[in-house]
Amino acid sequence: MGTQEIRYFQVGSHAVGNRLLDPGQRTVQSDPERANALTCGHRACQGCGEALGARYVVDAALRATAGRLVAVNATGCLEVFSTPYPETSWQLPWLHSLFGNAPAVATGVAAALRAQGREDVRVLAQGGDGGTVDIGFGCLSGMFERDDDVLYVCYDNQGYMNTGVQRSGATPPGARTATTEAVGDAPGAPFGQGKDVPRIAMAHGVRYVATATVADLRDLEAKVERAMEVRGARYLHVLVPCPLGWGSPAALTVRIARLATQTGLFPVYEARDGEVTGVTTIRRPAPVEEYLRPQKRFAHLFSHPSGPAALARIQEAADRNIRRYGLLGDGGPS
Amino acid sequence: MMEKPFAITLDAGSSRANHTGSWRNERPGYVRNLPPCNAACPAAEDVQGWLFHAEGGDYEAAWRAIVRDNPFPAVMGRVCYHPCETACHRGHLDEAVGINAVERFLGDLAIERGWGIPVEAPASGRSVLVVGAGPSGLSAAYHLRLLGHAVEVRDAAPAAGGMMRYGIPRYRLPRPVLDAEIARIGAMGVRFALGRSVTDLAAAMAEGGHDAAFLAVGAGVGRKAHVPAGAAARIIDAVSFLHGMEDDEPPRIGRRVVVYGGGDTAVDAARTARRMGAEPVIVYRRTRQRMPAHDAEVEEALEEGILARWLSTITQVEAGEVTVERMELDAEGFPQPTGETETLAADTVILALGQDCDLALVEGLDGIEVEDGVVSVGPDMMTGRAGIFAGGDMVPAERTVTTAVGHGRSAARHVDAWLRGTAHAPAARPPAAGFDALETWYYEDAPHAMRPRLEAARRASTFDEVVSGLDETTALYEARRCLSCGNCFECDNCYGVCPDNAIVKLGPGRGYRIDLDFCKGCGICVQECPCGAMAMGPEPG
Repeated sequence: MGTQEIRYFQVGSHAVGNRLLDPGQRTVQSDPERANALTCGHRACQGCGEALGARYVVDAALRATAGRLVAVNATGCLEVFSTPYPETSWQLPWLHSLFGNAPAVATGVAAALRAQGREDVRVLAQGGDGGTVDIGFGCLSGMFERDDDVLYVCYDNQGYMNTGVQRSGATPPGARTATTEAVGDAPGAPFGQGKDVPRIAMAHGVRYVATATVADLRDLEAKVERAMEVRGARYLHVLVPCPLGWGSPAALTVRIARLATQTGLFPVYEARDGEVTGVTTIRRPAPVEEYLRPQKRFAHLFSHPSGPAALARIQEAADRNIRRYGLLGDGGPS
Repeated sequence: MMEKPFAITLDAGSSRANHTGSWRNERPGYVRNLPPCNAACPAAEDVQGWLFHAEGGDYEAAWRAIVRDNPFPAVMGRVCYHPCETACHRGHLDEAVGINAVERFLGDLAIERGWGIPVEAPASGRSVLVVGAGPSGLSAAYHLRLLGHAVEVRDAAPAAGGMMRYGIPRYRLPRPVLDAEIARIGAMGVRFALGRSVTDLAAAMAEGGHDAAFLAVGAGVGRKAHVPAGAAARIIDAVSFLHGMEDDEPPRIGRRVVVYGGGDTAVDAARTARRMGAEPVIVYRRTRQRMPAHDAEVEEALEEGILARWLSTITQVEAGEVTVERMELDAEGFPQPTGETETLAADTVILALGQDCDLALVEGLDGIEVEDGVVSVGPDMMTGRAGIFAGGDMVPAERTVTTAVGHGRSAARHVDAWLRGTAHAPAARPPAAGFDALETWYYEDAPHAMRPRLEAARRASTFDEVVSGLDETTALYEARRCLSCGNCFECDNCYGVCPDNAIVKLGPGRGYRIDLDFCKGCGICVQECPCGAMAMGPEPG
């Protein structure tokens, strides 16, 4: 992608830091003085992808805005685990109102700052996939079409994890949740449902849309930085594995996010004004089984008679992404 | 009014009051495991350790880290068969790191810049006699000097170097390089008594007032296998032949040369003969795969136009020709005669059938045991006679320069301990750094920078060096391909991937600390450590 080509072969550009690089070329996360916007003591589960993703994003946004940043949070894991009264883990001005209205609150904050003539202060709104894809979707669509000056970040862990792992509009087909049990002829979440919100954002003609994961820090930080260079509505969709809801070992959070990208199931790209302008190509192609197997929410796919057919459909979806976005670097974005 | 940070209106407690470390049932920690290169090095070099300095461009620190263990980086970078590269985990990924080439680059740079090695240890007042100025003896002398002892090195030859000078041809090891590295040892105060063989060890020790001796006379006698030969046949052994190349008058061998044997010495002899204008043929009784010579040497020899006849033995040598018999491997893989013979034209036959040690100096010494033509030593490299140590080719071991250098290093430590009335216990080896502990995703794909080679046609006619060195950019690139197996190289991955900010970065060269107040024990840091320098362990108690 557009990030600077760094060819220090020992770690390439793939590790968090590199002692051989000029400090100016290093990641925000490698800085011993990084903001730690979401600080220690939060009550996220062991190996929480969302806690990791939120710190990556907000620290990068703080650097891009020289610390002049307000965050608005939807209800969800991120809000609950970071702010049990009277404690907070946030090291920046932070507001929470309702589950579904974070984009509208952020619009209001941006309008208030504009009215005060404080356009140096920027607004970031964030929520999980439940608050974004389902409950807050009307507010989000409004924020998009009005082109309000907000970066909205969705941390996608593919379900309502805080309330006990229910299905959301971002739950992938085949996944077991509390509301899509692994029972019956076609166990798990049904095929043919759900929303692709990054593409819906693109359909709004939003100025900047990007997807990212907690497995590629440099890519994620670069996207936050580029998003903050733009005024108007922007949308960033970050895949954040959830050891609790996905039934994956806590240690594998980053690895599973990486496999989501290397199988093609989660395409990593960016788009401006509704057009895909860059994709992160796959370095080590992997079959979808490699991604699905470590997750207990997909365990029935490897034991139930309907499993092989479901696996084939999931592989088809991955192959479609690979074609559609040119993820093997041969076709380019379509 | 109190000073508040920007836009904060409500006092709230920080979640830092909540010590999530209490959730943990396993804890991560940093380890230093033994990288495969270090484990494989016969000279006990800390390969990963010196590559770490080279990666950062600090070549002098890298070179000083080598010479802590091995005084011959420039020689090693030419003649070592680099078992480190064979073991290198990067070989599973793309190609092994060109460790040997980087070592040579550092060794050459040290000669160019004139880096010396100071003796910082106080004088011990003890003196050691080293018999044999080959790689083992010189290495022992070097390390004994570093430990503060007075050292005298005696050798029968007129110049120091042993097999490095009288066995390894110039096209593999140019003499100015060897001279420079030996001179550096001389500059440390090692005394050389050259052209003086030791025939009576006790007398030599008494004469020099030595308290201990290290014997490293090498295996400098070509094995005389019986080959039926006519009176006019011209037969020379490979050791004498290669030794003769250092004389003013090189040996005369004619145009048609048959080299009999399949080891490195046979290949060296054939390639040397080729450079003298001869057309050598290697005759070996087994197949190429079973040749004891290192494959790269055989490959280069064949590229130079040297012919080989596998599965052949010499049955008769006459003036101008030899008779060879074709062999067949039996079920056990042993060559068996077939009775089919033919003749080859040969002005000279060079026998390279192995080498023996001249052990005259230990004959009649009580306590010293000789078995299969080599001297028995204990794990402390001491012979059966107190204060007399031995190493290199004259003790049972693999016969390479690097092994000999390792013997010298090890013997010096044992001699030192013996002189001080203690025992040297080598540090326990850390656990091996396995390939499975690596997360190779984080390494950039980068192939091996091949050392440019002289055109085979050109090198066959000269004694110029065959393999040339790396320039600085290439050496740096090559050093940076090191995966740093089992040892932290400060990539910040653990610091970055912790969802709980429970890793503290301590600054360059100081690594990281785990904040156990907040570490929940998820293990992402261990999983995502590129080089396997972290591991999960149990909670105490």
